[in-house]
Amino acid sequence: MLAQWALRLFLLIVLAVMVFPLFMLTANSLMGRQELLETCGAVLADYGENAKLRIFPMYPTLRAYVRLLLDSPEYFTAFWNSMIQTVLVLAGQLLAAVPAAWAFSQFRFPGKKVLWFLYMLLMILPFQVTMVSGYLVLNTMDLMDTRAAVILPGIFSTLPVFILQKTFAGIPRELLEAARIDGAGDLRIFVYMGIPLGMPGIFSILILGFLEYWNAIEQPMTYLKTEALWPLSLYLPQMVNTEIAAAFAASIVTLLPALLLFFYGQDSLEQGIVASGVKA
Amino acid sequence: MQKRQRKTSHRKWIRTLRNKKVSAGWGREVRNGYLFLLPSLLGTGGFVLIPFLDVVKRSFQQAVGSGFVGMENYRMVMENEAFRLAAGNTARFMAVCLPLLLVLSLGTAVLVGHVTKFQRWMKTGFLLPMAIPAASVVVFFQMVFDEKGWLGQLVGAFGITGRDWLASDLAFWILVACYIWKNLGYDMILWLAGLGAIPEEQYEAARVQGAGEWACFWYITLPQLKETTFVTGLLSFVNAFRVFREAYLLAGDYPHESIYMLQHLFNNWFVNLDIQKMTAAAVMLVILTGGILGAEEWWKNHTNKIEERRL
Repeated sequence: MLAQWALRLFLLIVLAVMVFPLFMLTANSLMGRQELLETCGAVLADYGENAKLRIFPMYPTLRAYVRLLLDSPEYFTAFWNSMIQTVLVLAGQLLAAVPAAWAFSQFRFPGKKVLWFLYMLLMILPFQVTMVSGYLVLNTMDLMDTRAAVILPGIFSTLPVFILQKTFAGIPRELLEAARIDGAGDLRIFVYMGIPLGMPGIFSILILGFLEYWNAIEQPMTYLKTEALWPLSLYLPQMVNTEIAAAFAASIVTLLPALLLFFYGQDSLEQGIVASGVKA
Repeated sequence: MQKRQRKTSHRKWIRTLRNKKVSAGWGREVRNGYLFLLPSLLGTGGFVLIPFLDVVKRSFQQAVGSGFVGMENYRMVMENEAFRLAAGNTARFMAVCLPLLLVLSLGTAVLVGHVTKFQRWMKTGFLLPMAIPAASVVVFFQMVFDEKGWLGQLVGAFGITGRDWLASDLAFWILVACYIWKNLGYDMILWLAGLGAIPEEQYEAARVQGAGEWACFWYITLPQLKETTFVTGLLSFVNAFRVFREAYLLAGDYPHESIYMLQHLFNNWFVNLDIQKMTAAAVMLVILTGGILGAEEWWKNHTNKIEERRL
């Protein structure tokens, strides 16, 4: 019993360290301009001697959020850019990655091993390595500096195929064989059995994909020159330099969609991660 | 182990049956397999695979025109100081952070697995950093590691003067910490799944025979986590490249030289339109990564075969 409490306490401390950054950001976002300058001004705005660590704001206020909502149209442009980019990539991934994962898990065809190896390789390679080839194509297609330059390559990322393949491979064969004996074709089996049974995996690639593209920095940085097209992930770091008062509130608003989705989908995210790890 | 063997033998049986009696089904399977794969294959082919052949071609050509220069570009990259620094740093980062993350997350998973209450809340807490976008958290890091920041204040109390930690040798370890902070939960969930798949009876049997906790872990748990280790290692490797985001937002194009990674280098080459070096380096990296992946896959199949033979 004592050991159990010691264990809980220990994990709680580790947990506190893990969650601390989020907590500090929230606390700072509730500070007024003057208080922010006093605590963070030394680092962020050349004001005062030293930064101060203040866990709870002395004069909590929502003014920063109000300013952000009413007074910074650029922030909202960036917010929508992020939204459009993320949603379109995810929609595309549903159309491309889900059937591809089904093909890899349920069919035998010549060249499958080679293709699977290539898909895994593409999954591992960092963006910077495939950047040149991406650039060559986007340039010939005249897509540089458009939203499509970020969205199109994102759709064909192979990480979701890898994760989903494991989920699909975990569906009991007997079930699918039974449907086949009943006369169902491959498309029917995919739509009426594969998709419903693979739902946890599909949810989890959507959540992982959201976190990934909401957070995308390399792709927009390389392919987008026009600042009006920039997503939040590029706009936000700039904001710290120009509008310190709203920067923390902006940080919180930026992570809010990701966080909400995360809490809403934690179970399926977990199931999806699990499926990618256990069945081989 | 027994279960797996039964599964494979079952599949083999279906295969022979199909090959002999329903050979018409084989053509259908190939056709439909490719149809399902088609949208994805067109995209990856069009955006990455085929243009990469062009990259390979360019890596043997000179910058202007299309004269063949042989290995010249490769020689240039290999002799490039920045490339050596960046490749060394990236290798060092991987060598340090991957084992560290795997061990720490396995430890956390074992501990969390032993906790009787609040398990769900702990999982949420550990997974949470994954959901926080790099751009949001960078402000926090600046507050901590700046010359006048919180860490400076803290060590100031012990008589050490603060400095801009991100411009010191410590930058490397800050990045390692950041990576572990972000990925601990994800890996922990993977390990928890692997641990959960080991039948409880095996532990009970061992305990009856007087095995301690440590012996149980060493002789029962670890050997059965092989498959999980492969996947966790692979996904952690993929995620390790992504730490560039934090590094870039924190320290920009030219960070402290201990965290100048291949990603920074490629980025700077791209800005300077140094396509020759980029193509040659990209080809080398693909070959290297492909080699590592191929060796890993071969090793995995090889050990699986040995295990099957033993049973």
